[in-house]
Amino acid sequence: MSKNIKFLGLLLTLIIIFIILLKGLNVSKDYSNEKLKNKIDFSLNAKKLFSDEIINISDLFDKNSPSVVNIWASWCAPCREEHQFLMKLKDMNINIIGINYKDSQKNAKNFLSSLGNPYSEVITDNDGTKSIEFGAIGVPETFIISGKTNEIIKKYIGPLTNENLLEIKKFIKENV
Amino acid sequence: MSNYLGNYSLYIALIASVYLIFKSYLDANSENKYLDKNFILITSIQTVMITVSFFSLVAAFVISDFSNETVFNNSHTLKPLFYKVSGTWGNHEGSLLLWLLVLSIFLFIFLLNSRSQDTKYKLLTILFQQIIISGFLVFILLTSNPFKMLYPIPSEGLGLNPILQDPALAIHPPILYLGYVGTSIIFSASLASMISGNIGDKWARHIKKWVLVSWVFLTIGILLGSIWAYYELGWGGFWFWDPVENVSLMPWFCLTALLHTVIVLQKRNSFKEWTIILSITTFSLSMSGTFLVRSGILNSIHTFANDPSRGLYILSFLFILILMSILIFFFNQNKISNIAKENFILSKETAILVNNWFMMFFLSVVLVGTIYPIFLEVLNGSKISVGPPFYNNLLIPFLIPFLIFMSFGPSLKWIKDKLKKLNYNILIIFLVSLLISYVILTKTENSFLLSIPLIVLSIYLLLVTIKDFFVSKSSISQKISHFGFSLLITSILLNGLFSNEFNSNMKVGDERIFNEKVVKLKEVNVTDVDNYKSLKASFEVTNKNSSFALYPEVRIYQQPLTITSEADIKTTLFSDNFLVFNILKDDGYYNVRYQYKPLMIWIWISTIFIGFGGLLSIIRKNEQKY
Amino acid sequence: MFKIINLVLFLYFTFNISYANETNTKVDQITKNLRCLICQGQSVYDSQSDFAISMKLVVKKKINEGKEDKEIYDYLKNKYGEWIVYDPELNRNTFLLWSIPLILFVFGGLLIVRKVSIK
Repeated sequence: MSKNIKFLGLLLTLIIIFIILLKGLNVSKDYSNEKLKNKIDFSLNAKKLFSDEIINISDLFDKNSPSVVNIWASWCAPCREEHQFLMKLKDMNINIIGINYKDSQKNAKNFLSSLGNPYSEVITDNDGTKSIEFGAIGVPETFIISGKTNEIIKKYIGPLTNENLLEIKKFIKENV
Repeated sequence: MSNYLGNYSLYIALIASVYLIFKSYLDANSENKYLDKNFILITSIQTVMITVSFFSLVAAFVISDFSNETVFNNSHTLKPLFYKVSGTWGNHEGSLLLWLLVLSIFLFIFLLNSRSQDTKYKLLTILFQQIIISGFLVFILLTSNPFKMLYPIPSEGLGLNPILQDPALAIHPPILYLGYVGTSIIFSASLASMISGNIGDKWARHIKKWVLVSWVFLTIGILLGSIWAYYELGWGGFWFWDPVENVSLMPWFCLTALLHTVIVLQKRNSFKEWTIILSITTFSLSMSGTFLVRSGILNSIHTFANDPSRGLYILSFLFILILMSILIFFFNQNKISNIAKENFILSKETAILVNNWFMMFFLSVVLVGTIYPIFLEVLNGSKISVGPPFYNNLLIPFLIPFLIFMSFGPSLKWIKDKLKKLNYNILIIFLVSLLISYVILTKTENSFLLSIPLIVLSIYLLLVTIKDFFVSKSSISQKISHFGFSLLITSILLNGLFSNEFNSNMKVGDERIFNEKVVKLKEVNVTDVDNYKSLKASFEVTNKNSSFALYPEVRIYQQPLTITSEADIKTTLFSDNFLVFNILKDDGYYNVRYQYKPLMIWIWISTIFIGFGGLLSIIRKNEQKY
Repeated sequence: MFKIINLVLFLYFTFNISYANETNTKVDQITKNLRCLICQGQSVYDSQSDFAISMKLVVKKKINEGKEDKEIYDYLKNKYGEWIVYDPELNRNTFLLWSIPLILFVFGGLLIVRKVSIK
């Protein structure tokens, strides 16, 4: 009797482990933090790219509607790729704030003057610490941030694509 | 040409496998007294076919035949010949072929070596081993064929990963596989003996060789992996608790437990069921290792490029094997004749049980730490990392009782020992180790609550194992392995306690003073070598009245752009001086990391001792005294 | 029952001072315990990637601001998830991780006591 119970118990454990591992095979190996929605510390100060003026980042956000934050650098090739989509976002009248990541001021300005400037304001992040406040791991990354709650509503790691544009527009409309 | 040869020999091997499965199953149920001669013949044909297949892949690598997809992906005409050959098993497809080769060769050796064994037992071993072989053959042919053809034939291969071009890494996989695959024989043989009912002292003596062989290869394989990580990964550690490393450590714990249990079976004819359970577990752990590494379910430095169908196949195959062994175990349990024997608290049997108890605990820590993140993610979606702090917190405190047990366990007698009067030798040794530890610990401010008993006990154990060379009656191989183990623990502890390092940004001409040493960056030379640009730095380390130079290097490979740092290590008997540097974006500055690591070389030497003890036990025929 | 095990675990881990290899500044200690998210199997301390360099600065800044270790870990976990910390803290999710090996150890001990006659 006890032998049968042991046997069945072992069998059951084995089946459960099998099912879990089977599911584990199909779990995405995406270890980015795309789903995390954390609050941004709005008391952060940063230097503007164009005027060298130091401002509080809360001034950049519209309190009533969400804003898009894009982390970029002139040396990053995928940033160049996604640039056209940022321009389209700008044409949709969306407020985009740029964070220029570990870049030289000259190269960054050249980049924007030759390709166009989609940002309402660009702040610099020379040592990468401000990007960490946003939970970024590299460039490019794009965030939709609520002006009301200071929370990240949506996060895109890597370059934006054409499909993302409609989604961003939808998110912004929903959260006004 | 070699593609066809390799491919078709695998099919022939599969046919042989299917034939042997049926034939051995039928013969095992009849009452044949002798093993049919065909078995040896067909098994040798199969082994030859797999060997041919393996060497046609090696040949394709050597002549850089890029019509073969595996070669194209993993080789390059510029590779030195040695790395072309080792490239054969440096990838998923080739390494599976190597697994298969070892599987069939081991079965062949097993057949030659077990003439005196019972026929039914041999037939059943062939049956189970062939089930495993056919499983691997089908796996290779279905999902990971190393002989896929490419057309048009590319003119150059893709594989020139510089990190993987290292002698320790080149021989590490084959050695490790010999260990893993050796456990398959133990698995098949233990299931066979379960059914044929011949578990006992005679069987133990016969299977012990295979346990030792697997154990020695696994020990050396783990050592080589660790050496590679230390020299090549360039951040100065020798064990990272990376899942892939853990996967090789798990069967080692199990095999170490089995190695001790099998001795009880041999001498006292008891612990029968436990021996079988350990045999099954060891092999399951080796197979799970393959599953975890190959399926890409883990997140690790070493995982091969993955394909979900492979994971699915290995997982199913693994569970069929485990299910089969559980069924066999439960339905044949009544065949085990257990004469109830009393185990006395002071006896070698109990000491070995305690050894097993700790081994199983260490195993469970590593197992749970490795797979828990997978389970948690599946069950509630949270992603956690389980890193070194977890393993240190759980393992280190348990070393204290383990070291105590190990200092007296091996000297206990079989059946029943008496509580000896306080032995003055032991007392003196203990006082000496207290004294040594005191001297050692006053030299560092870096002590933790636990480091005091740990250092005292490890030194005590070291002295006891040295004493045993002169006093104890146990076998020389056991003495050497136990001495190696205590030396390993002592070296790791002292290494951890006395290592120090600095990490600083320097430019040419800068000096840093660190622990009474002056480290100076004298110059950096840039040269163009074959396929990379080399930045060789020259450092001078001055220590009171002596000085030595270190030349670490940064290599910049083009296409694909890879930057590797080659550490320079000065090794002496007492310590390693490890220096590595990196390029920084700020012009002229380099990030320099200097590490002082005492007794590093003793970590490698002591592991060689551990393995050597096992090797000696295989070679020496009359290891009767225990 | 649950509470007792929890208490035992808690006592065990508070007395068991974590084992660090080298005396180092606090920054090193903390960054050794952080996963470099864009590297393969490296800690932030070991890596020289852009991400790791910035992370070291952030940790340094937080320490200078007088933040406790736990506050810094919590801050980063909030930004990047539990995944970033190598040392999984004891909570509802990791309760079994820490206790299964210990439970098995006790269980194994009981089995041995049953097998061995104490005379």
